[in-house]
Amino acid sequence: MLELKINGGSYEVEAPVGRTLVETLRDGLGLTGTKVACGEGHCGACTVLLDGVPVYSCITLVHTVGEREVTTIEGLREHPLVDSFVRADALQCGFCTPGQIVTASALVEASPEPSREEIRHAMVGNLCRCGAYPKIEEAILAWRG
Amino acid sequence: MARLIRTEKEVEGRYEEVWLVVDEDALDQWPAGPREVVGRPATRVTGPLRARGEARYTADLRLPGMLHATVLRSPHAHARVNRVDLSRALAAPGVRAAIGPGEAHVLVDEVGFQGEAVVAVAADSYAEARAALELVDVDWELLDPLLDPDDAVRRGQVVTEPSRYERGDVDAALAQADVVVEAEYRTQTVLHNSLETHQAVCEWRGDSLDVHISTQFIWGIRDEVASKLGLPPDQVRVVCEFMGGGFGAKNGAGDYTFIAAELARRTGRPVRCMLTRREENVASGNRNATIQRLTAGARSDGTLVALAGEFVNATGWSGWPAPTDGPMKTLYDCENVRTVLSCAKINTPPMQAFRAPGYVEGTFGLECLLDEVAAKLDIDPLELRRLNYAHEADERPFSSKNLMECYRRAEPHWRRRDEVRARSEGPWKRGVGLASQVWYGGGGPPSYAWVRVGSDGRATVVTAMQDIGTGTATAMTQIAAEELGLPIDRVGLVLGDSARGPYASISAGSSTTPSMGPAVRSAAADAARQIVGIAAQRYDKEERILSLEGGRIVSADGGSWPLEEVVGLLEDAQILGKGARGPNPAGMQVLTFGVQVAEVAVDVETGEVRVERVAAIHDVGRVVNPLGASSQVEGGIIQGIGHTLSEERLLDPETGIVLTQTLDAYRLPTIADTPEIVAELLDIPDEHLTNLGSKGLGEPPIVPTAAAIANAIRDATGADVRSLPITREEMLRALRDAHEREGRPEKVGARTA
Repeated sequence: MLELKINGGSYEVEAPVGRTLVETLRDGLGLTGTKVACGEGHCGACTVLLDGVPVYSCITLVHTVGEREVTTIEGLREHPLVDSFVRADALQCGFCTPGQIVTASALVEASPEPSREEIRHAMVGNLCRCGAYPKIEEAILAWRG
Repeated sequence: MARLIRTEKEVEGRYEEVWLVVDEDALDQWPAGPREVVGRPATRVTGPLRARGEARYTADLRLPGMLHATVLRSPHAHARVNRVDLSRALAAPGVRAAIGPGEAHVLVDEVGFQGEAVVAVAADSYAEARAALELVDVDWELLDPLLDPDDAVRRGQVVTEPSRYERGDVDAALAQADVVVEAEYRTQTVLHNSLETHQAVCEWRGDSLDVHISTQFIWGIRDEVASKLGLPPDQVRVVCEFMGGGFGAKNGAGDYTFIAAELARRTGRPVRCMLTRREENVASGNRNATIQRLTAGARSDGTLVALAGEFVNATGWSGWPAPTDGPMKTLYDCENVRTVLSCAKINTPPMQAFRAPGYVEGTFGLECLLDEVAAKLDIDPLELRRLNYAHEADERPFSSKNLMECYRRAEPHWRRRDEVRARSEGPWKRGVGLASQVWYGGGGPPSYAWVRVGSDGRATVVTAMQDIGTGTATAMTQIAAEELGLPIDRVGLVLGDSARGPYASISAGSSTTPSMGPAVRSAAADAARQIVGIAAQRYDKEERILSLEGGRIVSADGGSWPLEEVVGLLEDAQILGKGARGPNPAGMQVLTFGVQVAEVAVDVETGEVRVERVAAIHDVGRVVNPLGASSQVEGGIIQGIGHTLSEERLLDPETGIVLTQTLDAYRLPTIADTPEIVAELLDIPDEHLTNLGSKGLGEPPIVPTAAAIANAIRDATGADVRSLPITREEMLRALRDAHEREGRPEKVGARTA
C-alpha cells in the first residue's frame, strides 16, 4: 500500500510493482478524467501535475511519486482554463482535452501572459487528432476571460 | 404521412437504389442568414463535460465484474495457423476464457495481414490478459506476402473487379490537344489514429446483448452485430454517449466487438476489448495508398479537352473501392474523360473510410495535374479552373453549386502571391498554391427525432444519434431551440443509446447535420404546433396568429405570455413532437464545393517545407453553428497538412510488417505545425435540400489541402512534388529533378524557378 496526495486529498492505494500512476488514478481510484491514448508517453492525453510540473502519468510508475502532490483534471475543474477552452471551442471529441488543460494550467501558472511562441512550446507534447490547435492557442491566450 | 419510394441513397459517393419509407418534409426553409439561434456561434453543449473530464467515454466505462480481453494478432503478413494450443493460457492466473480460430467468426486460421486476430483471452485484469497471450502456442506456417499493388493488379488479385468509366473519345481529343501533360502521382497509406482507440464493452442480459462501443454509427453496429450473431435487432442495444474520434475508421463493429461478445457469453460477465495504440496502428483501418497515372489534354486557350486516369488503390486484404477516380469525373467540364480504378488485394491491413475516402487522394492528383497544365500553358491556375467550370452536371443537375463564388472569395488570398514570393529569403523560397474541392455531404433519410416539452417550459431532443466530436449535438440543440423560439439553454439533448431514441444517421460521409437536422427541426415544429394549439384554447385566440418567440407565446394582435404559463397547465403531461428526415431532391446531385489557397516556405537546401497560411472557402449550404464550423475547417486542414507533410504508415517491403506502430514513429501534426488558417463559409442554403438547406462539413476541408500545398511548393520552387508525404527527401528529389530539367522547358510539367 502507498499513500498518495491527490487534488488536496490523501489516498491509500494498492501498488504492485510496475503499476503506473494512470492505472492507479483510473482503475484504482475511478478518476477517469485523465485519459490514456497511447500508453507509452507519446501523446500527452494522460498528463497530470506532480508538484505543479506536467508529467505523462502513463509512463510514471506510482512508486516514484512519493510525497509529491498529484493534480489531475478533477482537481482543476474550477480553473478558468476550463471555461476558456469551452468559450474558444478548443475541443472537438474532447479525449485529449483534460491533458491539454492540465498542461496549460502549468504554463499559465509559470507565465500568466504567455506569448503564442510560449504556448506552442509548452503544448507541443499534447496531441489533438481533431486539430483543435488554433483554438487551443486562443483559449490559452484568453484564459483569464 | 409516410410514403414508400424507390430512390437512390448515397454514402461517401456510393449510390445504391433502395426502397425507402419517407415522411413529408412540409416545412419551408428559414430565410438565409443568421436567425435567433441557428446561424449564430454557439459553444458546444457537451463542452463543459468534456473539458472537466466528466464525459464518460467507452474507455471510461467500468461495469461491475467486468473482464478484460486481449487479442493475439498475427505477427506475419501472410500465414497459416496449423495448430493453436490454449491450455497454458487458460491455466494462467486470472484467465477466465480463451478462444481461438473459428470460435468467433473474426478469429481466423489463415491470416492475410499483420494484425489479423487469431486468439483472444479474457481475464480479471488487463495485465493478466496481456500476460496470458504470451502463453498461447501457435504453430505458424509462413506464406509469401504479396505487397506490390501494381503486381497484384497485373496478376488479377483484386478486391473488386476494376471499374471503368468513359465519356466522349479521350484518344481522339488527346490527338488534337495543343498540350498534353502526363504525370504519375502517389499517395501514401495514412492512419486515423483517433485518440480513443477502437473498443467495445459487451454484456449479455439473458438473450439480449448490450454493446458499449466507440462508434460512428450506433444503428449500423446494432444491425451488424444482430446479423452476425443471429439475433433479432431489438435484442442488441448499442450505447455511445461520448466518443473519442473516428474519422471514418469506426463505422463498423470490428473484431473487438465480436471478441468481447463471445467472451462475455462464455463467462457470463461483461467483457471489455480495447485496442492498444500499437494494435490501432496496425489493425484498425487506414486510408489506402494510391498510384495515379494521369493525362490531361488542353487547347492553348486553356480548355480542357481530355482527362484520363489509371488509378490503383492499394486496398489491402479486404475493403471497398474508395473513389480515387471521383474528382476527375466531376470537378471539371471536360467532354472526354476516361478512368480505370483497380483495387489491389495485397497482404496489408484493410482500408477503412478515412475522411473523404478517395477524394482526398484523387484531388491531390487531379489538382496538381491542373497546375502542371496551367504552367505549361502559362495560364493563371485560378483562371484555368474558371475556364473549365462545370456549370451543369451530366445527367444529374446540382441541387446547388456556388464554387464560382468560392473562387471569387479566394481572389484576395490568391492576390497575395507577389507579396508572398517577395518574402523569399536566402534558402527559403515562398509561394502560393490553390486547389478546388468537390465531395458529397447531402445526407439522406431515414433519420428521426423526438422533442419533449414539459411543464417547466424546457425542451429535450431525443434521438439515438452519436456525436463523434464534430459538434452535431450542439447543432441539433440550436435547430430545436430556433424552431421552438427558446434560448439554447432551455433545450437539452439525449443521444447515444439505441434503446432510448429513434433511428439516426451514420456520422460518416459528412451526413449527420444534413440527415439529422431536418428531422430535429420537424420534431420541434410538431411540438410547437401542439403548444400553439393549447395556447389558442387557453387564451381564446386563433392558432394562425400565434407563434413561439423568445420563450414566449406571441399573438399577432399584441398579447404575449411566457411559455411556462401555457405548458405549466400540463402538470405531469408532456408534449411529444416527432420528426423525420424527408427525401433528397429527386434526380439531383447534392455536392459540397470549395477552394483552398495555401502559402508555403521551402528551404531549398534542406528540403524542409513549412505551411504558413491556408485560406479555405467552402460551400456547404446553410451553416448552423459558425463557431463549430470553423473548428471543423481548421481540423480538416490540420489533418490535411499531416497527410501532406509528415504522416506515413511504413511497411517493411519484404515482410509486410508495419514499422510505424507508435505515435513517435507515426508523425501526427502538433500545435507547432499549425499555420494561420482563415476559414470562410458561404452560408447559402441549398434551396432544394430539406427544410434546412444544410450540407455536411466534416470532410470537405481535408479534400484540397494536399494539392494546394503541393501547388504552392511548385510556385515557390518550380519543383513538381508528385508523391505524398512531401518529406525532405521527396522535396530534395523534386528540386534535383527541376534543376536537371532547366533549359529543357519542353519536358512535361516543366516550369523552373
